[in-house]
Amino acid sequence: MRDSNIRMFTRRDFLKVGATGAFVLASVRLGRSQPVPSHRDGVMDAPALDAGAREVLAAIVPVMLAGALPADRSARSERTAATIDGVDHAVAGLPAHAQRDLRDLFTLLGFAPTRWLLARVRRPWREAPEREVAAFLESWRASGWALKQQAYQAFHELVFAAYYADSESWPDIGYPGPPVLD
Amino acid sequence: MYPDPIEQGLARGWKVIDASRLVRDLVLEADVAIVGTGAGGGVTAEILGAAGLSIVMLEEGPLKSTRDFHMLEAEAYRQLYQESASRKTLDNAISILQGRCVGGSTTVNWTSSFRTPPATLAYWQREFGLGALSGDGLLPRFEMMERRLSIAPWHVAPNANNELLRRGAERLGISTGVVRRNVRGCLDLGYCGMGCPTNAKQSMLVTTLPAALERGATLVTRARVQRLARRDERALQIEASGLAAGGIEAGTSRVIVRARHYVLAAGAIGSPAILQRSGVPDPGQLVGARTFLHPTMISAAFLPERVNGYAGAPQALYSDHFLDDVAIDGPIGFKLEVAPLHPVLFGMTLPGFAARHAELMREFSRAQVVLALMRDGFNAESPGGIVGLRRDGSPVLAYPISEFIWRGARRALLAMAEIQFAAGARKVYPVHEDAEGYSSWRAAKAGIERLAMKPRVARVVSAHVMGGCGMADDPRRGVVGVSGRHFHVENLSVHDGSVFPTSLGANPQLSIYALAARNASLLARELTGRPAPVVA
Repeated sequence: MRDSNIRMFTRRDFLKVGATGAFVLASVRLGRSQPVPSHRDGVMDAPALDAGAREVLAAIVPVMLAGALPADRSARSERTAATIDGVDHAVAGLPAHAQRDLRDLFTLLGFAPTRWLLARVRRPWREAPEREVAAFLESWRASGWALKQQAYQAFHELVFAAYYADSESWPDIGYPGPPVLD
Repeated sequence: MYPDPIEQGLARGWKVIDASRLVRDLVLEADVAIVGTGAGGGVTAEILGAAGLSIVMLEEGPLKSTRDFHMLEAEAYRQLYQESASRKTLDNAISILQGRCVGGSTTVNWTSSFRTPPATLAYWQREFGLGALSGDGLLPRFEMMERRLSIAPWHVAPNANNELLRRGAERLGISTGVVRRNVRGCLDLGYCGMGCPTNAKQSMLVTTLPAALERGATLVTRARVQRLARRDERALQIEASGLAAGGIEAGTSRVIVRARHYVLAAGAIGSPAILQRSGVPDPGQLVGARTFLHPTMISAAFLPERVNGYAGAPQALYSDHFLDDVAIDGPIGFKLEVAPLHPVLFGMTLPGFAARHAELMREFSRAQVVLALMRDGFNAESPGGIVGLRRDGSPVLAYPISEFIWRGARRALLAMAEIQFAAGARKVYPVHEDAEGYSSWRAAKAGIERLAMKPRVARVVSAHVMGGCGMADDPRRGVVGVSGRHFHVENLSVHDGSVFPTSLGANPQLSIYALAARNASLLARELTGRPAPVVA
């Protein structure tokens, strides 16, 4: 592994967080109160996301899916919860490097000072008003900073994949589902 | 229910070992060890097995077969694709669809089969000294593999998604062609990307791999090859890890395979990564370099009528107009094809969120999607990407998108929008974070001219990873020779899409089949001293 031909890419390259971001992330990791669950080899579908990550998702999912989720209150919260479970399931199927990146992202968003600094969300996620969450997603979508763009796109991919993988979303979009084979 | 040829073979005693279930280390010996079971590995296994050589095949992905293919995105991407179909380049600017299962990408591809374009072979002859492949050099191999895999023009009526490409193109005087497909008794379902549930697709999973297993080959699944151990110029053994029970990361069991000869066919990200992890000599820093993607732009149109892009053969028609109207080493050309539409991939691909996204999703059944696959690698401004290793040893592709490619991307978005309006689209959305829907070709033309062409803002995807172990007539220009033999390790070959010195300008499976058939036949003759078998 010490061969000079090997081109090593580091996680910093991957996340492109830059010096400030790396410092912030390091500080947050030090200040993190609860341990992050490690990747549990051998346990299929062990939860990949901790409670903090699920709380962030509980704020993001209904905003991303506005206009798609059912209007009925209880159906809506059921589908939101199912989507969060779907995201969790998807993350558990990702390679370790991608899981680590996502955990770092959720850690940054779960820590109040960085939540405010990066996402401009004032209150804890469970109290954040939808328009503030929408403004955060929109600003990250349109951001020129690679970290924010990538993070937004990760949410976009995970949330829409989880929602539209579920057959309950199909009638609304006119998809009949796969054909039945004899 | 359709018969499951894998299940039946296992019942007959095929030697298949799931390395994630090993309780102790496994040591195997064979004449030839093959890493990867996709297009290159599958063809190689059948030919070498038919030549009477003993074979061990190693595959990182799981063995999934007919009974597992339920036409559900929720299952298929996670089970059958690299990184759950969310593999990306280093800066996340390009999403890569690549198979990770027995049969490799052939298990999940859309069956489009093109011979290597003559212009590409001529370029290889000129720039890389690969004259042996030009003219009729590969012709007998194409013919043999086309017979073996039932490759023929798809003369069933194309679905509306494809037909609209032809309709729009024709109205603009742009010619289209009929795609050839590797299918037998295809029911025209449209779920090729999730594994064929009726065994119609003649992927490696139902053709070459069963043939090799029937002759006694051993297949080890869920085994990640870590390195090739070597003394001087000879490879000594392959060292692999059985995956942990989840099937994603390496577990604790080890698999060692010792063989007379080693064939890498782990794909154009996997094969260079194995060479890099093994520290195989690479004086010219060529391993992993010149990796190509056919960077692909996407244009979504919405029609007044239902298109039902989820139903019917995914790709039935194509156009090479925009490849043929430029010099191969001039501005980047692109091939036009369509993409099958399924809710998860469509939902992930459409930009935006909330109302903007939901409104387009409700038009899912009226959507038509054209793809433009750019022919990268034929110009100094298109040098491709570089495969490298993360700290944990996993491979990642850095692929900076040059201005040269962005210019082609803009031309591609323009060409697709014009065709879609000519076909009767009511609205066209180039897949781009800043693009609103356009209601006329005029508006689209003005809008697309203004779009910022930047990573992660303009959406770029790829399903064709090529290069990274390029072939040439000279070790200063290539990792392997024209016969796939490694220049610095005498008993090592590479038989997959990583040997292409540029991209192809066409979907790669048939080029890989033919080249693997050629090079496996040469290898069989060398190892046995007898003429190579003809498999079809």
